[in-house]
Amino acid sequence: MFAQSVKMAWSAIVSNKMRSFLTMLGIIIGVISLVVLVSLVNGATGAVTSEVESLGKDMISVTIKDDKGSPLRLNNLAEMASDEAIALVAPSGMMIASAKNGYSDASVSVYGTTASYYEIQGLELSHGRFIKTTDVDNSSYVVVLSYDTADELFGMDEVVGESISINNRSFYVIGVLAEDSSMMSRMISGLSVYIPFTVQARMAGQPYITSFSVAATNDIDTGQTAVENYLMKRFKQDQDAFTISNMSSISDAMGSITTTLTLLLGGIAAISLLVGGIGIMNIMLVSVTERTKEIGIRKAIGAGRKSIMTQFLIEALMISLLGCIFGLLLSWGILALVSLISGSIKFSMSLSVVGIAVSFSSVIGLIFGLYPANKAARKHPIEALRYEG
Amino acid sequence: MMAAALKPIITMRNITKIYNVGGEEVRALDGASLTINEGEFVSLIGPSGSGKSTMMNIIGCLDVADEGEYLLDGQSIEQYSEEELARIRNKKIGFVFQSFNLLSRMTAWENVELPLIYQQLSVGVRKEKTNAALERVGLIDRGNHKPTELSGGQQQRVAIARALATEPAILLADEPTGNLDSKTGNDIVSLFHELHAAGNTIVLITHSEEIAHQAQRRIRIIDGRVSEVE
Repeated sequence: MFAQSVKMAWSAIVSNKMRSFLTMLGIIIGVISLVVLVSLVNGATGAVTSEVESLGKDMISVTIKDDKGSPLRLNNLAEMASDEAIALVAPSGMMIASAKNGYSDASVSVYGTTASYYEIQGLELSHGRFIKTTDVDNSSYVVVLSYDTADELFGMDEVVGESISINNRSFYVIGVLAEDSSMMSRMISGLSVYIPFTVQARMAGQPYITSFSVAATNDIDTGQTAVENYLMKRFKQDQDAFTISNMSSISDAMGSITTTLTLLLGGIAAISLLVGGIGIMNIMLVSVTERTKEIGIRKAIGAGRKSIMTQFLIEALMISLLGCIFGLLLSWGILALVSLISGSIKFSMSLSVVGIAVSFSSVIGLIFGLYPANKAARKHPIEALRYEG
Repeated sequence: MMAAALKPIITMRNITKIYNVGGEEVRALDGASLTINEGEFVSLIGPSGSGKSTMMNIIGCLDVADEGEYLLDGQSIEQYSEEELARIRNKKIGFVFQSFNLLSRMTAWENVELPLIYQQLSVGVRKEKTNAALERVGLIDRGNHKPTELSGGQQQRVAIARALATEPAILLADEPTGNLDSKTGNDIVSLFHELHAAGNTIVLITHSEEIAHQAQRRIRIIDGRVSEVE
């Protein structure tokens, strides 16, 4: 009986292809918007999350906003590092300066820091060495270039031993970092160079430490608590004197943003699916009226209410599911295309979003098919037989 | 001597059907009684508005009487639910309509198969019965044609095959020749004669005296009352 109903529904759908297709279009668009939007958000989230993780999962960043008359110096950082929960601490003074090599110049971010910075940030060298403690102690005019900076100024990365000038002071290049493939860190750092903190502090006229990064010994939360305790004591229990953050709190925040975004977009898509469902109901009502005679004939030769009901319900369900399948195929195509265009980010349909699309379409087909099917099933056989459309 | 062997298929006693038309009571059937036996070919004649259609609807279990008793093939048809009436129609009644009433999207073969589908028979049994019914009306070679590709006479034959497929207790034909030219109409009537000869019980509803004369027995309906025509 079920197989027969499916066959009948199919023939009804095929007999009016254009109308069936237009009805399906509502569901097709609904499914596409649901699947594509959710997959795009998921893909972007995945990409961003892996970028954030590549920036250093166990790094804690601190910015001092108000030093309450007791500013931090390098020896304070050493004090902090003596806490067993804290492995390494490095200042990161920052200023924008113009760097020059002969005729090529560029605006670069100059980071003033110490040797620990290398390990905390998880940097990698392609040539030379990073800043050493003696460079800091002696206030040596040495510089480590990022790959992009070396490329910008010299057109190559084997430039150890060369000199560049930063804000008209000459620096000796001691190292060049490896090329960073991570899109995110390139975006954040841009063209950057690293010099000893003491030199940068002098050049910037800011002898105190206003921001620094910390690597925890084991657990990042314990490390963060240790830093917090130290700073709270120093800044008279004023929580607003500094901000402290770590990458996991950033990814948590990002996670909640994307969840909200997914819900929002999914909700909008669900509304368009709902509208598609109303389209199905509309066309099914027309179809039931048009086929009154057919219903009469079927009833006369022995179709009960249940059979008629099943027939029309399956028809509505089928329109909805066919629309869903077309929608999924098109979504797949769109996502493949977007992945191709974006290059680095791969967007794919997750099984769960496919499952949601299919079950949502089925539910919509059933709910919006129910009323027309019931209307068909309740038709009086004599009146239905007499109907001349 | 034959009377003892006759088995009544239809027994009606004091059947009354009342319609409310614009607040006025209309007695479409008013105490109608009749008996039709197995293997009979009976015609019901009456002008339009005589209660003929109501009679057909009640015999065909499309409707139930307000008063009176109706036994179809030994089964009392009372205030059944629609679902139960549908099952009775499916098993006991074979309808033949004036306008053929075939489903245009389906082939002749599928049209004949349809009542068997509602009986939830297996594919094999359906195939066998459908073929047998189409063979009976001589259209086995037209099974794959859609109704629109068939002539009126052929369409009516398909409709008769559909009615026969379930081997019903009675064949209920409502003006079966009304939409056909006289020659094709005669062909259909002779098909009824053949079916009658083969033992089918046939009830033919018509307003045409000429067609009615073809039947073995005639019953006249006037103003909701039934009388035998000698």
